[in-house]
Amino acid sequence: MFDQPLKPFEPIKLIEPIKMAKATVKKKPAAKSNTIKLKFDTSWTYAPAPESKSAATINKQYDLFINGVWQKPISKKYFDTINPANEEKLSEVADANAADADKAVKAARSAYDKVWKKMPAKERAKYIFRIARMVQEKARELAIIETLDGGKPIRESRDFDVPTAANHFFYYAGWADKLEYAFPNRRTEPLGVAGQIIPWNFPLLMAAWKIAPALATGNTVVLKPAETTPLTALKLAEIIQEADLPPGVVNILTGAGSTGAAIVNHPGVNKIAFTGSTEVGKIIQRAIAGTNKKVTLELGGKAANIIFEDAPVDQAVEGVINGIFFNQGHVCCAGSRLYVQESVAKEVIRKLKDRLESLIVGDPLDKNTDIGAINSKAQLETIKKYISIGKKEGAEMYESSCLLPGKGFFCRPTLFTNVAQSNRIAQEEIFGPVLSVLTFRTDDEVIEKANNSPYGLSAGVWTDKGSKIFNMTKRMRAGVVWANTFNKFDPASPFGGYKESGFGREGGLHGLSAYVNIV
Amino acid sequence: MAVAKSIKPAPDLQTGFSLSPHIDQVGVEERASRFTKRSIKNETKMNGLKLVLNMIDLTTLEGKDTDGKVKQLCYKAMHPHDAVPGIPTVAAVCVYPTMVKVAKKALEGSGIKVASVATAFPSGQATREIKIRDTRYAVAQGADEVDMVISRGKFHAGEYNFVFDEIAAIKEACGEARLKVILETGELGTYDKVRRASDIAMHAGADFIKTSTGKIQPAATMPVTLVMLEAIRDFYYKTGKMIGMKPAGGISKSKLALHYLVMVKEVLGEDWLNNEWFRFGASSLANDVLMQIVKGETGLYQSANYFSVD
Repeated sequence: MFDQPLKPFEPIKLIEPIKMAKATVKKKPAAKSNTIKLKFDTSWTYAPAPESKSAATINKQYDLFINGVWQKPISKKYFDTINPANEEKLSEVADANAADADKAVKAARSAYDKVWKKMPAKERAKYIFRIARMVQEKARELAIIETLDGGKPIRESRDFDVPTAANHFFYYAGWADKLEYAFPNRRTEPLGVAGQIIPWNFPLLMAAWKIAPALATGNTVVLKPAETTPLTALKLAEIIQEADLPPGVVNILTGAGSTGAAIVNHPGVNKIAFTGSTEVGKIIQRAIAGTNKKVTLELGGKAANIIFEDAPVDQAVEGVINGIFFNQGHVCCAGSRLYVQESVAKEVIRKLKDRLESLIVGDPLDKNTDIGAINSKAQLETIKKYISIGKKEGAEMYESSCLLPGKGFFCRPTLFTNVAQSNRIAQEEIFGPVLSVLTFRTDDEVIEKANNSPYGLSAGVWTDKGSKIFNMTKRMRAGVVWANTFNKFDPASPFGGYKESGFGREGGLHGLSAYVNIV
Repeated sequence: MAVAKSIKPAPDLQTGFSLSPHIDQVGVEERASRFTKRSIKNETKMNGLKLVLNMIDLTTLEGKDTDGKVKQLCYKAMHPHDAVPGIPTVAAVCVYPTMVKVAKKALEGSGIKVASVATAFPSGQATREIKIRDTRYAVAQGADEVDMVISRGKFHAGEYNFVFDEIAAIKEACGEARLKVILETGELGTYDKVRRASDIAMHAGADFIKTSTGKIQPAATMPVTLVMLEAIRDFYYKTGKMIGMKPAGGISKSKLALHYLVMVKEVLGEDWLNNEWFRFGASSLANDVLMQIVKGETGLYQSANYFSVD
């Protein structure tokens, strides 16, 4: 648009050159238009800023938390839990068998009959408030352990997992003596013993999601954390013990799938709450068929995140990044399918690639890390399998150019473009930092494609047009639909799926109804 | 140089810049706060502080400015803190047009630039002719850089072409001097308007876009700066032309300045991490940075009395 190029500026001379860690600060000429590329590997780099491990205490061995005390497992077996960022053993935890599960369920039953269901609701609330406060007080330690055991960046465990877990306890503590307002003109009664099985992606937060509403409504609990991430649930058991919760109200059993099966199949359990894979969810549903056990299942997902051409593009890109790379993509509601309107697809993909380059992958304990370690070796292999499937299917792969640590389970943030609806990477849940980018032309087309999935946990819509938001969200078959944001959680907001993503809702008023009989 | 008459808006701009991308307020503020989570320690902090100091446009824009005041400021610009060796100079001294000559002489041979505000700063409420004369005067006096203000009234009235033409005319009047275009974001009201004004300024020939005059609150904020950095990035991809960024006003603490540096690093990268392409418009920031540098070198915080106030 100018007749002649503007004259380049004469560089400023420094009187004293600045000594930089790697290179001196000097100007570089503007790139030519055919080689435009931003360089995020800057000479000004971030020094390591690791959170100190000394603020956390991890025992060498953990027993089972049954009836308010730590008990040796009848199984006599223990298994190791490791730090996925360096593959070093952190501790060993008891492997509960069916006899242990029986003991825990009986303790929970006894506590339910003799203490908890008779206790005035406002007294129950006091215990839950106390747990909430203690989670806050021990926030730093819990965050460090969550990061050590699970591999998630400390920034997330510190700023999201632990505070949100505390918020859930606070929120449901408040409901305990107000259930008559939650269910107006109805009377509620607790179900009894709740068997709760939680996943490895948000270990403490999922424990809070499960335990808080169960206790608030007067149920007792047998909870099994995931085998790769048991430590924060065990720390929570210590908090519960310190909070003087009556023995048996909360029991924590560590173990793998067979421990979970023992809880699910126990005749003394009145309610199953499960968060995990759709595959296991189906097994659970088959197992309890014909019993009067109540169940809520929060299963897999393959969320569609839709960017329309009238979206706030930079914020949408950021939302997509957070939607898929939050917690290394180990999020059941992760926005793993991105639909971009074709008119803005090039621009969005370019911005996504740039943003990918500025993500810091590495030591989860480092405060500057954006993407930590993959939770386990098995999960890393699953992710790698899908990446190679994506390549074989002919999709175009782009991964961050970052270096990965030599030890531990790490995966570069990756995106695939030129993905078709019929590609497996667009259909199946990868549960890792892998984004599939698809394009669309019209609103009807994208609704059809977004809903064309066996899953229906969450979805996202990005547009600056208010009316379009309502029009689109109404037509999405997903339990949670975010507009111009993604992965936002609040204790007051219900969460749960459509279709094979499960049923029942956790959080908010809806979360209470999963733990009561309304009479 | 191109003359104003020959500069025509590109076809897609003739619709009045209504095609500038939308900005989501919640999203951009959330993103901006994410930069403040970066932990800046040890040598990163020291190098960052020196870089910040080297990016400062040391500014005095007061009705009571005198030759004496400007000379003192210029000495400070060249010798921020001689007690500690290895401290870089600031990038430029920013003054009113009438003070340019004094500053130019005082800074002779130092490599430090003289920036002059112009165009009826800070309100910009004057005719184009006066603004052009103001600019030419500043340049004739020796200004290396001109900081102009846009006509916010016209901008709010939707007269984008007026704003565009005015910037183009001032750019022409600048000749060799680099042009910084002040949007006065505190008067624009929304991030959408900040983005639109940024696009107009860059397309009209700005070498730098700048948030504020420092006379209006709020002045520079991180989200506003982020919107402008993203505009610069998009413009760079579209045209291959680099545009500089200058947040001004309200950045008086080192920690905040380092957050800005993080933002530049992660939005635009290496090429912008120097004083040719990024500046801080500030006066009190320099001493806070110096205090932190001395703390880094000696391990001790010194009293503010050890840092010269010029």
